[in-house]
Amino acid sequence: MAEVQNIKVTIDNITVEVPMGTTILEAARKVGGEVAPPTMCYYSHLKGSGGKCRTCLVEVSKGSEKDPRPMPKLVASCRTGAMDGMEVKSMTSEKVIDARNGVTEFLLLNHPLDCPVCDQAGECHLQDLSYENGTEATRTTFERRTFEPEDIGPNIQLHMNRCIMCFRCVFAAEQLTDYREHGILDRGEHARISTCISKSLDHDFIGNVIDVCPVGALTDKTFRFKQRVWFTKPMDAHCACTKCSGEVRLWMRGDEVYRVTARKDEWGEVAIASNGKPGWICNECRFEKKKASDWVIEGPSNISRHSVISQGHYNKTVHEPQIGLLAEVIGKQPIMKMDIHDVSDVNKPNVHLSQIDGPAHSEDFK
Amino acid sequence: MKLLLENAHVEGIRYYEAYRKTGGYRALEKALKMTPEELVEEVKKSGLRGRGGAGFPTGLKWSFLAKPEGVPRHLVVNADESEPGTFKDRYLMEFLPHLFIEGMIISSFALGSNVSYVYIRGEYAWIPDILEQAIAEAKANGWLGKNILGTGFDCEIYVHRGAGAYICGEETALIESLEGKRGNPRIKPPFPAIQGVWMRPTVVNNVETIAAVVPIINMGGEEYGKIGVGRSTGTKLMSACGNLKRPGVYEIPFDLSVEEFIFGDEWCQGIANGKKLKACIPGGSSVPILPANLLLKTAKGETRYMNYESLSDGGFQTGSMLGSGGFIVLDEDQCVVRHTMTLAHFYMHESCGQCSPCREGTGWMYRVLKNIENGKGKMEDIYLLWDIQRRIEGNTICPLGDAAAWPVAAAIRHFRDEFEWHVLNPEESQTRNFGLAHYANPLEVVSA
Ligand SMILES: Cc1cc2nc3c(=O)[nH]c(=O)nc-3n(C[C@H](O)[C@H](O)[C@H](O)COP(=O)(O)O)c2cc1C
Ligand code: SF4
Ligand code: SF4
Ligand code: FES
Repeated sequence: MAEVQNIKVTIDNITVEVPMGTTILEAARKVGGEVAPPTMCYYSHLKGSGGKCRTCLVEVSKGSEKDPRPMPKLVASCRTGAMDGMEVKSMTSEKVIDARNGVTEFLLLNHPLDCPVCDQAGECHLQDLSYENGTEATRTTFERRTFEPEDIGPNIQLHMNRCIMCFRCVFAAEQLTDYREHGILDRGEHARISTCISKSLDHDFIGNVIDVCPVGALTDKTFRFKQRVWFTKPMDAHCACTKCSGEVRLWMRGDEVYRVTARKDEWGEVAIASNGKPGWICNECRFEKKKASDWVIEGPSNISRHSVISQGHYNKTVHEPQIGLLAEVIGKQPIMKMDIHDVSDVNKPNVHLSQIDGPAHSEDFK
Repeated sequence: MKLLLENAHVEGIRYYEAYRKTGGYRALEKALKMTPEELVEEVKKSGLRGRGGAGFPTGLKWSFLAKPEGVPRHLVVNADESEPGTFKDRYLMEFLPHLFIEGMIISSFALGSNVSYVYIRGEYAWIPDILEQAIAEAKANGWLGKNILGTGFDCEIYVHRGAGAYICGEETALIESLEGKRGNPRIKPPFPAIQGVWMRPTVVNNVETIAAVVPIINMGGEEYGKIGVGRSTGTKLMSACGNLKRPGVYEIPFDLSVEEFIFGDEWCQGIANGKKLKACIPGGSSVPILPANLLLKTAKGETRYMNYESLSDGGFQTGSMLGSGGFIVLDEDQCVVRHTMTLAHFYMHESCGQCSPCREGTGWMYRVLKNIENGKGKMEDIYLLWDIQRRIEGNTICPLGDAAAWPVAAAIRHFRDEFEWHVLNPEESQTRNFGLAHYANPLEVVSA
């Protein structure tokens, strides 16, 4: 096999070495911290994803060693290859920040502000994005686009109102199941996810669309309204499953399993399982094994992604840049996106959840 | 001088006999005796620039076409022509189908495309029949099909009807649609020249661009390049519409002044009903609108001509673009706010919905404009509009986002007082239009 050449890319003045063919985004993720642009549509395990939401726009101030011309427009880092000697500005570019703020505003334009009744609240990428890049008040005075919630199969409900048209679920259905029955209908702001005439999505792996959805548009019907995610305790667990890796994350309260999802990495994507492949899980594991006794519980999950889930105990918070921060980025240390320490009132205030042995019991909570 | 429409009025020119009698298919005969490389070279020398809107040099585009061994290549002609104000391709295909088909065969030979496509907008319902008739005639006379004129070159042309979407004029959306998929623009790179239809190297060109290849081969690239001014070579079809005495499709020389084109007897013959010229969009709805004073003269006070360079003189600050040649003229009775709102509605309706700035921003701009137009606007709304368009432009997957942003930006840039008047006179603005104001006055200050 031909050896892959390594190239050097400088992002926000931090230089990393990555193999040729790496996208700017993946290189930036290697730097980590806030240098990595937010992503709403790109999903590293889904072929063809990315390029659509435009939250990951960056400025290329130097094209490459060979052709140092800057790129005239901001580019979508998730779909633009890094070149040797390329210099990129992400959080150090005013233009980028402005565009990102703009995209955030656009994404929120038709998004309902129903976080209080949305199951995704607390683990929603759009919430994170708007904390970081949004404004306090909206500038739109117009009615938002509305749809009726739709049941698309026994276990999944679609709230089209909340969809941001990232296309991830379409790619997931296309790439994980035998055939897909849902897609995008209509165009422009009328575009919507649909199964056309209320078909149901019930392939073995279709539940993963819930995990890839960055917002609360696709939700797990077996979990809906049962718990706020930050009141549950994530535990890594596994079982012997013939269809998938069986490596999951259980969302428990006391001995009760409220929800089963795939394990996620720090970027909110499905983590690589021990077999080296993305750890998509099957419907049976996700929707049916809802008893603690169905699982071998390994221990509390490490939530490395900024999240209210870690309940104010950010012991391993946002991925810190591995390379020392330079003057330009100092003061922009990774921050906690949601500072909701108050929530831990509900919990035993002095005990760190990860210190509790075994699954949390209901008496661990007030 | 006419290079394309010379014979448009010859009796029966739509059919093979008449076309052949006027010298049709001579260029193809000549081309088949040359090598594909020589043909590309001729087109390069001609300086021909794409007539679909962007004005990219055609010869250069052709030379970018990848030629991997054993992989078929394709020519796809963009006949989607959905840009408001543009209807010149329709005229060409309807009245001179053989000229177009001859251009296609020559271009296919130059590019090594054995299977070429015409992607035609669905609303042109009657034109595919005309083209298919011409294709059948060309075939019956040995200009198309297997082993053309014994050269060993095979070529088939298929006409593909679109379903009526502006976005399918964007070349990669067109390719997706041609492949039978949803017409969403692709994320570039890869460009069509490397991976186009069915991931094979593809050249997408406008109808008029391809038709222009015929006179280029007939007279030689060098000769063609001498016609016109500067980097605007040859001639251009303009589709003039709006409040003109004589709207229609005209073939213009590039040294024609804008004033002559609007008012000249040979051309549009002035503004209809004795009204005055207020504003004009010179190159299809996506390019910036110009008030009369900036249209006829550049900011430096020089005469403006109908060519790529002169129309874009002054950049977007004080200039516009030749674009696709859709020349839309507004008289003193037209309301720029209403007009801009109509365009915004168009872009909202035509956005494919893939990327957030365009999907959400186009509708937002439309709604804000609608408020202003209906006397419900506020001063901040004008700033808001500016902000929205600024954050769409350049941040989208395909240029439709820019095309939606530019008309709004230009309207505010040049007609801000009209927007403000709507806001300040909500009631009056419902009963009368702002009128001409100073837009037609000669420019007093010459600014850069
Ligand atoms: C939204 C959009 C619509 C377009 N519509 C057309 C069209 O209807 N006809 C056309 O020739 N080019 C259209 N274009 C330009 C094409 O993408 C492409 O640049 C052109 O067909 C290239 O041909 P040319 O080099 O001969 O001009 C459109 C571009 C965009 C972004
Ligand atoms: S439903 Fe979710 S995953 Fe699917 S497109 Fe909408 S936001 Fe994306
Ligand atoms: S700019 Fe508009 S039309 Fe173009 S890809 Fe984006 S949403 Fe679609
Ligand atoms: S993450 Fe790159 S465009 Fe959406």
